[in-house]
Amino acid sequence: MNPKALRAFVVKELHHILRDRQTLTILLMMPLVQVILFGYALRSDVRDIRMAVVDPTPDHATIELQSRFLSSNRFRIVATSQNPDIIEPLFRRSRADIALVFDPDFASHLRNAEPARLLVAIDASDPNTGTTYLNYTRAVISSYQGELSAQNRRVQIVTETRMRFNPTLESVNLFVPGLIALVLVLVSALMTAISLSREKERGTLEVLLVSPLRPQQIIVGKVLPYLGLAFANVLTALIAAWAVFHVPFRGSVSLLLAESVLYTLVSLALGVLIAARTSSQRAAMLAALLGTMLPNTLLSGMIFPIASMPSWLVPFTYVVPARWFIVIARGIMLKGVGLAILWRETLVLSGMALLLLAAAMRSFKPRME
Amino acid sequence: MTSEREGARAKAIETPVQASNGFAIDARDLTRRFGTFVAVDHITFDVKSGEVFGFLGANGAGKTTAIKMLVGLLSPSGGIAHVAGFDVRTQRDQIRRNIGYMSQRFSLYADLTVRENIRLYGGIYGLTPEQIAERTKAMLDTLGLSSNADDLVGRLPLGWKQKLAFSVALLHEPRIVFLDEPTGGVDPITRRQFWELIYAAAARGTTAFVTTHYMDEAEYCDRISIMVDGRIAALGSPTELKEKFGADSVDDVFVRLARSATKGAAA
Repeated sequence: MNPKALRAFVVKELHHILRDRQTLTILLMMPLVQVILFGYALRSDVRDIRMAVVDPTPDHATIELQSRFLSSNRFRIVATSQNPDIIEPLFRRSRADIALVFDPDFASHLRNAEPARLLVAIDASDPNTGTTYLNYTRAVISSYQGELSAQNRRVQIVTETRMRFNPTLESVNLFVPGLIALVLVLVSALMTAISLSREKERGTLEVLLVSPLRPQQIIVGKVLPYLGLAFANVLTALIAAWAVFHVPFRGSVSLLLAESVLYTLVSLALGVLIAARTSSQRAAMLAALLGTMLPNTLLSGMIFPIASMPSWLVPFTYVVPARWFIVIARGIMLKGVGLAILWRETLVLSGMALLLLAAAMRSFKPRME
Repeated sequence: MTSEREGARAKAIETPVQASNGFAIDARDLTRRFGTFVAVDHITFDVKSGEVFGFLGANGAGKTTAIKMLVGLLSPSGGIAHVAGFDVRTQRDQIRRNIGYMSQRFSLYADLTVRENIRLYGGIYGLTPEQIAERTKAMLDTLGLSSNADDLVGRLPLGWKQKLAFSVALLHEPRIVFLDEPTGGVDPITRRQFWELIYAAAARGTTAFVTTHYMDEAEYCDRISIMVDGRIAALGSPTELKEKFGADSVDDVFVRLARSATKGAAA
């Protein structure tokens, strides 16, 4: 179709956005305000902690301690090796939450009442759960130590801890990726839903549908300007996080921006679908809030770790786009990993984007039947 | 006004308009059902090129459904119709390029300026920037809005908005313009001016297909049809209909026909 028509339409959309100064200001300031608010606030029970064990000299004592972890019913051993090199890849791929590394002389030192050394490394990219893991680990170790002492044995276990990825346990590091997800869904889904339903409500959509403009062009025209706005929001959130809270950025900025665009497309398509199914601006706004904001905040792992959700709820998180985006953003920002590891989440988001965009296009065909 | 209209007619004849059979619109047994409800029931009529055709009917009589089928927003359940010579079932794209449409709700964007609205619709209909500039100037001169080109449309009085919306619907010089209750809520003087714009467009060869609730406006039309219960109960020039029904005014004819309605809320 005629690209001029699309251009004229996009220009119109830009006018709408730029003219509504109040809304625009709110939208642009939102990431800044939210980064600061969330950065200073918010802080849960964890089961099924995946543990990697590095035991260079397996012995009765080291096995005994491992069995204590298992019998606590919170820990599951996912890998055992004599070589500490296994830890790093397991952490990067999120296959393990904590690693227990025995000193080669652990067992002999323990028997001789010398300090027996133990290293606990924790994936603390999510600081809340990271701290929880640490507390459980300490509890198991100290109860083991307590039992041995009760047998009148002089024992000394020295535990050393490493918080991986987030050494100072800054929750802001965790919240920035979640926040980007929240701001994007707000700008994209909510604003497109409102803007499209406004056209429906006012009757201008009818005029557009009678014009040579294709429904697809109307969708693209609506979506493009918001894509730009959402992009500006990601940049603001990242800059604010870096400048105010010194959130680390370990991975590729361009990959994160590309993933943000993908996630934005998913949210925009949701906005279009919501507008197609509702008949007023008010209904569209409420539907967008309930349908996108709430699940994206509550079921994405942004605030409440998915690990601590009841098992029946977990499958529901799979349909929440932010769940996947947050894994991606945390991976890139805090662990510095790339597509080699995040391809699965990226694929899920791409699938969602395609499916929802196709559904959005269909829903806006003038009702012919 | 009559002499103006005669002039208009003469000019319209000079402008050849190629419709399949010389008609701007022709409908044969056009029908639309929603489940078991028949909103439009086998309507047959044609509209000549350059004609001002009044499409009347009480609320719920099926007018809007009929218009939606003609402009391609709704598929007919039966019958055939051609608009500007194109089939409403299979040639929607061609129809869209050849018609202008002004819905009963105000169709311009209140938060855009007069000029931006014109540019938008010019762009959508594929006009070049030169054409847009030229037509914008001509339009604003005609409407007396030249000094308001950069005002937000939302700030204009309703009457001006309606006239502007009509002119914008004509921007791409469509062969047929569909006006769905274009003068709702407008004062009598502005309505009068609005109809002058319709005649001027007809004079340039544009066919106007108008729905209205105002029976005095019906008198301004070349021909009118009155829909009752999804059917066309009367069709002809205002004079013909008044003679046929022995009525003093179109209003009279309308009330008599509308009273016979069995379904819908006859307003």
